Amino acid sequence: MNFDAAIQSYIAESRELLDTMEQSLMALENGEGDDDLIHAIFRAAHTIKGTGGIFGFDPIVHFTHDVESLLDRLRGGLLALDDNIVALLLRSCDHIRSLLEPVTAGEALDAELVEQGRALLGGLARYLGDGGGPERAAPADVPVPVEEPTAEPVGGGTASADHWHISLRFGRDVLRNGMDPLSFLRYLAQLGELVDVATLTDALPEPPEMDPESCYLGFEIGLRSGAEREQIEGAFEFVRDDCAIRILPPHSKVSEYIQLIQELPEDTVRLGEILVGSKALTQVELDWGLKLQVDEERVAAAGGAEHHRLLGEILVEEAVVPAKVVSAALDKQQQIKERKASENRFIRVEAEKLDQLVDLVGELVIAGANTQLLAHQAGAVEVIESAANLFRLVEELRNRALGLQMVQIGSTLQRFQRVVRDVGKELGKQVELFISGGETELDKSVIEQIGDPLMHLVRNALDHGIEPAAERLAKGKPEKARVELNAYHESGSIVIEVADDGRGLDRDKILAKAVSRGLVGPGQNLPDGEVYNLIFEPGFSTADSISNLSGRGVGMDVVRRNVEALRGHVQLHSQLGSGTKVRIRLPLTLAIIDGFLVGLGPARYVIPMDMLVECLEHSGEDRAKAIREGYLNVRGKVLPILRLSEVLGVETPKVRRESVVVVRFGELTAGLVVDELLGEFQTVIKPLGALFGHLAPIGGSTILGSGEVALIIDVPGLLRRVQQHQHSQHGQTVSRALAATA
Amino acid sequence: MPIVVETLDNGTARLGIGSGMTIYEAAGLKADLLRAVAEHPELDIDLSEVAELDTAGLQLLVLAKREAVKAGHVLRLSGHSGPVREVLGLYRMESYFGDPVVLPAD
Repeated sequence: MNFDAAIQSYIAESRELLDTMEQSLMALENGEGDDDLIHAIFRAAHTIKGTGGIFGFDPIVHFTHDVESLLDRLRGGLLALDDNIVALLLRSCDHIRSLLEPVTAGEALDAELVEQGRALLGGLARYLGDGGGPERAAPADVPVPVEEPTAEPVGGGTASADHWHISLRFGRDVLRNGMDPLSFLRYLAQLGELVDVATLTDALPEPPEMDPESCYLGFEIGLRSGAEREQIEGAFEFVRDDCAIRILPPHSKVSEYIQLIQELPEDTVRLGEILVGSKALTQVELDWGLKLQVDEERVAAAGGAEHHRLLGEILVEEAVVPAKVVSAALDKQQQIKERKASENRFIRVEAEKLDQLVDLVGELVIAGANTQLLAHQAGAVEVIESAANLFRLVEELRNRALGLQMVQIGSTLQRFQRVVRDVGKELGKQVELFISGGETELDKSVIEQIGDPLMHLVRNALDHGIEPAAERLAKGKPEKARVELNAYHESGSIVIEVADDGRGLDRDKILAKAVSRGLVGPGQNLPDGEVYNLIFEPGFSTADSISNLSGRGVGMDVVRRNVEALRGHVQLHSQLGSGTKVRIRLPLTLAIIDGFLVGLGPARYVIPMDMLVECLEHSGEDRAKAIREGYLNVRGKVLPILRLSEVLGVETPKVRRESVVVVRFGELTAGLVVDELLGEFQTVIKPLGALFGHLAPIGGSTILGSGEVALIIDVPGLLRRVQQHQHSQHGQTVSRALAATA
Repeated sequence: MPIVVETLDNGTARLGIGSGMTIYEAAGLKADLLRAVAEHPELDIDLSEVAELDTAGLQLLVLAKREAVKAGHVLRLSGHSGPVREVLGLYRMESYFGDPVVLPAD
């Protein structure tokens, strides 16, 4: 049994179960009360406890037991659910969650955790009365002695205390040697009660090969007996050499049964049924164990890790030493292994190392492009083919390397369920959170940094956005407010929206405040978007009262700073009286992009592929008009155009045919006029030094296969600059046109 | 080998097995049993005379049953004697053969 993997999957599974519990509890609280939810919560707690028991994680078992007892009373209708109980159970979930790490690592609990546990147990005890739990009558505050980790299968609690399981596979020569399996069964029947005998005839060969004097039978025997191990073992003394005998004493770990199943030649499912039938295992335990085994195999297959059994385990399983003797020693070894496991299975890698890897892959991409170019120049077919093959692999490597950093945003968003609940309670507001797009992937480093800004926004929405219930009802809105978190991909960016159906932003109030703070001159006329953007200014708050949560005017500016640090940007839409939506747009990834290479005179520029919409020919007729007016008519739509040479301030010789590359970022679209279209190109972003940071809409540089340097156009920056700066007449036209298409 | 096959009125073949079904008789029994199973689409094995059954004997019955099922033939065990009942009971194999076991009145 590979405990390392097992414990890791226990932790992961418990966390998921706790999430389930939390969500179900919150659903119950929202009045979606039905028995199924309570059952689901109970099952989750039960599984955490049961599996914890198998590993001997006593603090978890101990605590969860009382939680389970409470749930059992709820389930049985002995107790009515109220908000206090839900709150208590939620806090209990938190407590179990915080127990997981230290307990599974075999560490001692710190005083704070112990105190927290005691307080919660006290709280639980109030609801439990003296009935205690359904299965264990021990009072809650008696410390549980440290037991060997061979706790009786806690899962269903059905395996009785004197249940032995004996697995026999007789050797071929047993009958010839004058011994008959029948006599062993008769002997066992004298030692106790044969609860179940399953005779396995699978090994019986086809008639021609079947030797009538050989023995082909195997048995799985459930024996209820108070006999000592020696007595039972003694029965098999004379056949020990040519038989496979496995004896599992009472209180064997589920994992040992599972291992037994796996090691025996017969079909796993069937053996499992036999064990369940003989009451050695419950179905729940069997399922759990088999699942564990599968997980483990998967891990082993993925990691190619050699599975080393502990000597003690082998001894127990070969029935040489009683389990009790070995378990103490095992304990010790396990603790050491457990520690190793948590280090091994999930490798923590310094972000920098990952960056270095991606950098290196980037270099490889460049070198590969170079090789391909040279191969084409040399014109040798085999070399071209080989280079193409190599490049394909490099491309895959690139994707894998980038994939290492991509994670789904779902779990980050789900966490807000609890935040919304807690904050809603605190403020006395009924709020429901809707989450969509949880499967959207983005860079791990980005996810880590987006949590705080999102937290600010969600809290803000709850505190300022959502009106008190009375006010909502007066306005004819449903009492229960709605907050949405929504994530999706859009043209190479990820968009995360935080929306509420609250009171919206008061444009006039913000403007008045901005004027009083001198951010805006009196009488200055600003478009709505810009007024709303004022709330991202440091120290800006329009909240009439300062609450615990927000309203101190710190927050929104921090949100913007954090987002911009990730090369993203924040937008705010609001309608007075009906809600606010904050949209955060972030780049998906950082280091390597697919680019589109364009030429401007002798120079090469790269436009990120995911912002490219299409390429148009810029015919002579349109040209003069376009230059004059600054926009093109594309299929009936206005497309503002920019001459890249003008934007960058480079002089290029006139060419006969120009092309327009249509780019898009978020809601802004524009056409860039370039001299030449050179096609797709994998690009490794080499950041420019800080010195060049503000120069022009250039996002970085890259090296082409030929060794030339190409600059990468910062499309979002370009579009924004054009939108914001209205100093040139050309720019103004573009800006108007941009606004028209937005 | 005291093994007798007779055909009953209804067309079923009936095979009577002598007193011993043990490792000593097994080699001979195997061939007879298998042949009887192969030859008769419907075969009744009368175990009333069996005074001794051991694991080797049981294995042969299992083999015969399996071959019968494979060939689409019917194989019935009947007239289980005391020793047969004991072995089948101990091995919990009654349901494997699926035949009604008639307990004597005494």
